Amino acid sequence: MSEYVEWGSLLEVLVFGLLIGAGLPTLFALGVRALAGPGSRDDDGHRSPVRVAVAMACFAVVIGAIVTAIVIIGRGGH
Amino acid sequence: MGVVTDPVLLVIVVATALAFDFTNGFHDTGNAMAASIATRAMTPKKAVLLSATLNMVGAFLSLAVAATIAKGIVDSGVVTLPVLLGGLVGGIVWNLVTWLFGLPSSSSHALVGGVVGAVLAAAGASGVLWAGLIAKVLLPALIGPLVAMFVSSMGTRLVVRSTKGVPQRSIDRNFRWGQIGSASLVSLAHGTNDAQKSMGIILLALIAGGAVPEDSTVPLWVIFSCALAMALGTYTGGWRVIRTLGKGLVELESRQGLSADASTATVILLSSHFGFPLSTTHVATGSVLGSGVGKKGASVRWHIAGRMFVAWLVTVPAAGLVGAACYGLNQISGPYVVFGLLLVVAGGIVAWSRRKPVNHKNVNDAWKAGGGAESAIAESLIDHDPSLMVLPKKKKKRKKEKKPKHKKQKKNRKKHAKHSGDDVDRAEATAGEVNSVGIR
Repeated sequence: MSEYVEWGSLLEVLVFGLLIGAGLPTLFALGVRALAGPGSRDDDGHRSPVRVAVAMACFAVVIGAIVTAIVIIGRGGH
Repeated sequence: MGVVTDPVLLVIVVATALAFDFTNGFHDTGNAMAASIATRAMTPKKAVLLSATLNMVGAFLSLAVAATIAKGIVDSGVVTLPVLLGGLVGGIVWNLVTWLFGLPSSSSHALVGGVVGAVLAAAGASGVLWAGLIAKVLLPALIGPLVAMFVSSMGTRLVVRSTKGVPQRSIDRNFRWGQIGSASLVSLAHGTNDAQKSMGIILLALIAGGAVPEDSTVPLWVIFSCALAMALGTYTGGWRVIRTLGKGLVELESRQGLSADASTATVILLSSHFGFPLSTTHVATGSVLGSGVGKKGASVRWHIAGRMFVAWLVTVPAAGLVGAACYGLNQISGPYVVFGLLLVVAGGIVAWSRRKPVNHKNVNDAWKAGGGAESAIAESLIDHDPSLMVLPKKKKKRKKEKKPKHKKQKKNRKKHAKHSGDDVDRAEATAGEVNSVGIR
């Protein structure tokens, strides 16, 4: 079996796949939670600046990852 | 070199390669866009337009085309113009057949299968590198979906947990943007990857036919025509495949859609980065399945998934059979006949598909019964659209059989319908489906 499957690169795909492929959506979800989750607005309907900052940080990482991916595609390194 | 040895054959091979490129875009729209269409992140028309545009952009993004086809799978010395023609026709026919049945299947595997078949016919078993075929095609078809399923199910689980307590309205509004972003990435990667495959084939054909020198780069017209053919195919939208992928496997919700798309994009990019050859189609399908596994209460229609797995395993032999037959036919009667036959078969399949058309209007209709009234209710809840809960009234003659409420009743009625000589279609229609389009 091992002559047919490159276990090393498969493992890499799996590990990084989990980190990025499951991690980024989770980060995005946390961003959404910070913006719209329970307790995100006070009685007047205002969001606390901390929550907005956390959300923006989460979204920034996600957008950064997308831009990186486009660069990788563009360089043909995939 | 410099003298075109067989201009007719060369022109036909190039035309067939462009046709394959078209079916490639057409067949694979769903990989990128099925989830976004199913969760209504975008309207079907907008989704295919975006996907087509990004496919086009992707085709120009990177031009590191290697003039190889099925490298490491067949002996490159035996890849001649007739072999290419046979391989391409095999790939196109398999793409069209799987499209007719709404089965997502890998376009590149279809092409490889066609070429392997043509090589077998041309040079015998020694022309095929069997270890390469197993390592690069057959095993990845089994592993790819599993990897994607695992990543996507973990993603879905974490996302659902992280958004606990967030109002559904906010979830949908925000996650749709995330979905559009990740689906766009898949489209872009597809454009770069797959349009280049066709460019490589055409370049190879031009070299083999003696139209360009061996060290030639891809001519500009090849780049343009490949990008255009694929974008047109994508825009035409393989709605049948989109429907199966987006609606048939799992009833997707925006969070699942994002997790699935993100998983597809990541696994595809990583697999090419680390040199592990996975097919976009297999990964996309695995991701959708995973998003169903990862969310509590979501049901996965495993029998449909099972049918796909079978199709993936059959892809290479089936396309190979067609490829071999076309190679033989070409040797006997020439490329005109092969091309003519391809047109006839393609026309026949398209005509057949008209009997139960799937298009941008009905692509999102409720999946055909099985769940009966329950699935109609589930559908209406998912889409926040009470009108879906109304059961169809057409096609019914007997009044007392309207609106089934229990599964038991439904079963009885089905039995009854069969006994009384009704066709199964009507029995299913009464079982509460909104629209009976779908695959059997």
